[in-house]
Amino acid sequence: MSKLKRHPPHIDRRDWLAPLPAATRFSFRGSSEAAAAASRALGVELSQVACRAHVAGERAALWLGPDEQLLIGAESEAATLRDSLTVALGDIPHSLVDISHRQVAFVVHGAHAEWLLQSGCPLDLELSHFPVGMCTRTVFLKAEIVLWRTAPDTFRLEVWRSFAEYVTSLLAEAAIELSA
Amino acid sequence: MLIIDCPYCGPRPEPEFAHGGQAHVARPADPSQATDQEWLEFLYLRHNTRGVFAERWRHARGCGRFFNALRDTTTDHFLATYRAGEKPPVLPAGGAR
Amino acid sequence: MSALRTAAGGRIDRTQRLTFTFDGRRYQGFAGDTLASALLANGVHLMGRSFKYHRPRGVLGAGAEEPNALVTVNRDIARHTPNLRATQVELYDGLVAESQHRWPSLTFDVGAINNLLSPFLPAGFYNKTFMWPRSAWHKVWEPPIRAAAGLGVAPTLPDPDRYAQQFAHCDVLVVGAGPAGLAAALAAATAGARVILCDEQAEMGGSLLSERDATIDGQPAAAWADATLARLAAMKRVRLLPRTTAFGYFPHNNIGLSERITEHLAQPSPSAPRERMWQVRAHEVVIATGAIERPLLFPGNDLPGVMLASAARTYLNRYGVRVGTRAVIAAGSDSAFAAAVDLAAAGIQIAAIADVRAPNAVDGPGLAAARAAGLPIRSSATVLAATGKLRIAAVKLGSVASNGNVSPTETLACDVLLMSGGFTPSVHLHSQSRGKLAFNEELGAFVPAATAERSRSVGSCRGINGLAASLEDGAVAGAAAATATGHAATAPRFVASALDAGIDGVPGALPQLAAAIPPAKAFVDFQNDVTTRDLALARREGFESIEHIKRYTTTGMATDQGKTSGLNALGFVAAESDRRIGEVGLTTYRMPYTPVTFGAFAGFARGDQFDPVRKTPSHDWTVARGGVFEDVGMWKRTRFFPLGREDMHAAVDRECLGVRNSVGMFDASTLGKIEVVGKDAAEFLNRFYVNNWSSLAPGRSRYGILLRDDGFVYDDGVIGRLAADRFHVTTTTGGAARVFGMMEDYIQTEWTDLSVWITSTTEQWSVVAVQGPRARDVLTKLVTGIDLSPTALPHMAIAHGEICGIPLMLFRVSFSGELGFEVNVPADYGTLVWEAIHDAGQEFGITPYGTEAMHVLRAEKGYIIVGQDTDGTMTPDDAAVAWAIGKTKPDFIGKRGLERPALKAAGRKQLVGLQTVDPKVVLEEGAQVVVTANQPVPYVMIGYVTSSYHSAALGRSIALAAVADGRARMGEILYVAMPGGDIPVKIVSPVFYDPQGARINV
Repeated sequence: MSKLKRHPPHIDRRDWLAPLPAATRFSFRGSSEAAAAASRALGVELSQVACRAHVAGERAALWLGPDEQLLIGAESEAATLRDSLTVALGDIPHSLVDISHRQVAFVVHGAHAEWLLQSGCPLDLELSHFPVGMCTRTVFLKAEIVLWRTAPDTFRLEVWRSFAEYVTSLLAEAAIELSA
Repeated sequence: MLIIDCPYCGPRPEPEFAHGGQAHVARPADPSQATDQEWLEFLYLRHNTRGVFAERWRHARGCGRFFNALRDTTTDHFLATYRAGEKPPVLPAGGAR
Repeated sequence: MSALRTAAGGRIDRTQRLTFTFDGRRYQGFAGDTLASALLANGVHLMGRSFKYHRPRGVLGAGAEEPNALVTVNRDIARHTPNLRATQVELYDGLVAESQHRWPSLTFDVGAINNLLSPFLPAGFYNKTFMWPRSAWHKVWEPPIRAAAGLGVAPTLPDPDRYAQQFAHCDVLVVGAGPAGLAAALAAATAGARVILCDEQAEMGGSLLSERDATIDGQPAAAWADATLARLAAMKRVRLLPRTTAFGYFPHNNIGLSERITEHLAQPSPSAPRERMWQVRAHEVVIATGAIERPLLFPGNDLPGVMLASAARTYLNRYGVRVGTRAVIAAGSDSAFAAAVDLAAAGIQIAAIADVRAPNAVDGPGLAAARAAGLPIRSSATVLAATGKLRIAAVKLGSVASNGNVSPTETLACDVLLMSGGFTPSVHLHSQSRGKLAFNEELGAFVPAATAERSRSVGSCRGINGLAASLEDGAVAGAAAATATGHAATAPRFVASALDAGIDGVPGALPQLAAAIPPAKAFVDFQNDVTTRDLALARREGFESIEHIKRYTTTGMATDQGKTSGLNALGFVAAESDRRIGEVGLTTYRMPYTPVTFGAFAGFARGDQFDPVRKTPSHDWTVARGGVFEDVGMWKRTRFFPLGREDMHAAVDRECLGVRNSVGMFDASTLGKIEVVGKDAAEFLNRFYVNNWSSLAPGRSRYGILLRDDGFVYDDGVIGRLAADRFHVTTTTGGAARVFGMMEDYIQTEWTDLSVWITSTTEQWSVVAVQGPRARDVLTKLVTGIDLSPTALPHMAIAHGEICGIPLMLFRVSFSGELGFEVNVPADYGTLVWEAIHDAGQEFGITPYGTEAMHVLRAEKGYIIVGQDTDGTMTPDDAAVAWAIGKTKPDFIGKRGLERPALKAAGRKQLVGLQTVDPKVVLEEGAQVVVTANQPVPYVMIGYVTSSYHSAALGRSIALAAVADGRARMGEILYVAMPGGDIPVKIVSPVFYDPQGARINV
């Protein structure tokens, strides 16, 4: 299957933008009991603190809501993750839905990353207000995005596939003046 | 653009939110027992308060949660936000800014 | 360079000589000039014609308050910007500017006839004269009036420039970089607060740049401003935004800033945006917007050469320009004395200073300075009139006796008349923020009172007088603002000296005005051409409220927002009505403070970036084959795939027949998809949709209908049960987001007892609908792991397997009435699978079809489209889908609503089919259904056409319609009313094709 041609939305690599490879993604919903079980299966502690992401190796869990986490793993781990989570959760009420293809990811990085994102995101992205490890669903102008700061000058964006072109082209528009 | 204090995420900008109309309008537990008048009131009759108004918001492009807020409709200032299912907080006399 | 330019001094760069043209004539100026200062240096005062009377007008001010000198700057045919204030247009080499609103030229303007006709053009003239007949307004009266009155002309080509936008956050936003603003910014920034300081001018410093002798901490004022700005610029958490106007104060300390980035450059970089719209969220706002000097009201006060004293001082001290050679100065405040002293020192002859203040208020530092300079002073004086044609030539002065009587004294020749009626605090932003204003009797002006937001007004915008006091006021507020954001601050202290303007002022008319000769006009609002007589007329006609007077006379309206006119209008009305100004009240200040371009508001949202353009996996394939798209919400959906020169009708006919006769393929990826998971998933859907879901076995699907609680159809779609606790719900393309939100609402707030969650999977799955009698033959070639036979996979069954080696979720489902499948694969594989199905279908002549054919195919079967065949007031019974309702359920959304009497009453509009008597006639969607033809107007309408197409399969037109009691009218002939004649139609079943449904179950 991995040899088959995938057609993810086209994203141009730029000095300040790097598309990320395909990944396994699950939308996880459930109580704190379910989250605890999922944490054990995943090897990543699901944050109980709002808007925080936890990472272990290639796996990450992003708090998106009080009963909602975005779980991310390597593309090759889809079956492993699903199976281990399903076993660990057993009868604990939860919802696990594969959304690997629903969205695409890219990083905006470099000295101008914050400036570029503030061209369309109304949150305060200064490091003291949006620290490394913070993640949230928010907006970039007319698109919904998940924004996650992974380093002081690096943000990961998760965008529904049909909105990716809109978000990246607007970022590119904002970046034009930086090339002057 | 208002700033709205999501009970789960903290203060966030208005474009992340969807307004949900008047708060504390309970759907009758057994609609089949509701009279036509009661059902009409549930469906259509809403207050248009000048002053402090309890209303629903959803942090639709954030944590996704519905919650309630007390907003002064004359100033657009929020006096409180609280989770769905909770009672509105009692405001200090004279209100707050 | 002209003799009007000083040899040295000011903020211009005399080493950078610039050439520009105004109305086709070439002039020279210097870097640092504005268009206004450069024209004045060339002796040009006449810069425009007035709005209504076409009176010659010169520059009145030196900044944003300028009401007269509105010009068009013409970079090229597409970059042609009208209505710019010449006082704000920065000079660049090659600048081309034109005056406006004159023909054939500024010096000879035919429209000036309006000035002679002015007795017939009083306030309210339009309202009175052009009322009747109403229909004549647009055609007869408006065009010539618009041409004769009005300002610049908008460009007709698309704007070629780019506009940027930015969100920004700070602890303290300081608006205005004059003395108070600089002090506030310094106080807040040194405490470590995140500070944004913006100023509308090219150079920050405000009034400090216009001072000659003022000092701060021993430095000349302008040098102190330079040093302070350098300190601020070096701080990491400070952002300085010159050329940036705070135009609007929005709730919760959200301030709109418009930054002009390239407007001042001769050769803007193509990579630079022209302007940037900032949306700043500030914890604390310091408003330091200064004050604007007022004109005095006397006949001829609008002649070119009559200007504000502070403006003349700015032109001299900041731009090195003498505004004339011989000046008369009308002093209503000490500002006029400061101007007189500076101008005299620069070699301008001061013919006289007429002190128009009340005698007991005159003996201040200004008078002393003028005396010390040996300038001729007339106390207890007044200006009777200014005279001249295209430029002031003389001033008639009078004296005011202690009993108030005015007598003429002398006529003085001059080429400029400088006036100072006192200063009006710029309270616009405070007022926009819903802050209260209070009239201060001592100042004679409205000043900020209670705030509505976290803001502080400082310096002269709140009536603080003088340099030292403004610095202190700003410093204290800046420190307090920083402290409020958690950055403990102390206010820096400054030692300053200056010749201050004082708090005197003369709002309203000068004393002689009542005795003035009738044809002479004293202008209150220069931009809107409102005179004292217009205000008096409004009063005589019974307007008392200042809001009514404003609208009747237009004073203080439009882009000017009363910057120079507001208080004078109030003062005049107050005197006329024997009230105090505070009692007259104040009109509301509207945003924007000064005009903001549409480009700045649009920002990035233009062309393809106006909205997200959502594309499906077949998009590029379709583009390559010349497919035609339509917009459905933000989605691009293929409408049809023309072959060769086919038009839409030919293509749609062919696509429909392709499906009916063999097989077609359709990209259905845009359908909304929601995965509903949890042990109570079935119970949730039982309560949410009208249908019974408990009885649906895993591996099976069902057509679901969603109502609102009022009983009306809201959405529909096929829902499949993937497992006992997992459902795959589909929604209409347009309804995906709102159905998802509605589900969350009921889960979170109504049925908190249920263990169920929902996840949007719309974009997880790419969907290809394969429809037609050969659909199974096509998929058999590609699908593995699923028995496609009718018994193993009957209509409405679901199975999982693989297609082309890709995980497949296969629905056996039909929206065409033919044998049909919907192939769901993870979206990254959608393109591959689409192409594979197309290839595999070649031997069957597979036909890609678009939304138009899809609509025809479903209409032939009488399948409704929610939102097209329903309109938000139709029940399931009206829409002929009541069979879907689970009758035994205790409750579902809309169940109680359906019991409402009106929803069960006779005469409701029901969905039926229509057949035109002439099969070639295709009805218009939305056309009205009537019982008899040729009725007297208005027709009695009993329904309307909801869907109408030509059906290739049936060889005739078909239509669906909502008709009152429609199902009881089967076989009746009714009419569809059209302008070309009423069209006879027969009421039939909405199922036109294969009513037995035999073709689906094969």
